Amino acid sequence: MAQSQGWVKRYIKAFCKGFFVAVPVAVTFLDRVACVARVEGASMQPSLNPGGSQSSDVVLLNHWKVRNFEVHRGDIVSLVSPKNPEQKIIKRVIALEGDIVRTIGHKKRYVKVPRGHIWVEGDHHGHSFDSNSFGPVSLGLLHAHATHILWPPERWQKLESVLPPERSPVQREEE
Amino acid sequence: MLRGVLGKTFRLVGYTIQYGCIAHCAFEYVGGVVMCSGPSMEPTIQNSDIVFAENLSRHFYGIQRGDIVIAKSPSDPKSNICKRVIGLEGDKILTTSPSDFFKSHSYVPMGHVWLEGDNLQNSTDSRYYGPIPYGLIRGRIFFKIWPLSDFGFLRASPNGHRFSDD
Repeated sequence: MAQSQGWVKRYIKAFCKGFFVAVPVAVTFLDRVACVARVEGASMQPSLNPGGSQSSDVVLLNHWKVRNFEVHRGDIVSLVSPKNPEQKIIKRVIALEGDIVRTIGHKKRYVKVPRGHIWVEGDHHGHSFDSNSFGPVSLGLLHAHATHILWPPERWQKLESVLPPERSPVQREEE
Repeated sequence: MLRGVLGKTFRLVGYTIQYGCIAHCAFEYVGGVVMCSGPSMEPTIQNSDIVFAENLSRHFYGIQRGDIVIAKSPSDPKSNICKRVIGLEGDKILTTSPSDFFKSHSYVPMGHVWLEGDNLQNSTDSRYYGPIPYGLIRGRIFFKIWPLSDFGFLRASPNGHRFSDD
């Protein structure tokens, strides 16, 4: 009788020990290193979700790469939506601070991106809620850098940091 | 001998990672101790005061008018600012000084907040850089730990006239 009670106690102790190690480590990994997310919507077609609502792409989001807020023109990044903090949006970086962009459908024709901000656009112009609607976004809202498509398997690929030449900034801030 | 040292090193690294992760979870999801610098929140928070910030309100979207929040600076994501929330999305904000004759108002956009320091004469806040997105808010400050003469919950805003009438 005493032997089986001792077994249960030791099991509970081991479980709690494992739990308090595994959960914080897993949460920290998903917050700081990398996580996975499903992409919804058509704003990044044809790079992401070319099949529309039939099959959503699943991408690998790399937090570690943006831990110092270093992004490059052409990167696909996820950020907290400036209009709705409960939502994350995924767009391509078009311009960095100091660049001047020629906008599409924004209230001003040319915009200079302020310090600490970036200009993002979806690849599917006209079907994208991006900087052409809400202006430059603060780098503090940057969430992760989308580096690979993981699912569906036929779409396994590394996402290239390509800036469409027609969307290149009118004037770049030289480093 | 070498195996003993290697074993001890691995154990040390293991414990560091484990406690580092617990610390990250605590700061990110519960709260932590923060030291504030700068004169923009005087007299409520003086330079070099140590306060306690909680992050639960941010995750549950419970930040209200009158709360003192820590947020990432809109022009420098690596530094933090500490200001009071004057207006939430949809509120009408007086953007000119109360002493000006022609008053101008603006509305806080969706998903944004309007921040002002308590020391209106010496504070760079939303009156300078505009409303900031809610997503930049890191946590809410509600308790002062140091100096001990000022220990306790933080006072309400000395600038009550800045809040809009609903």
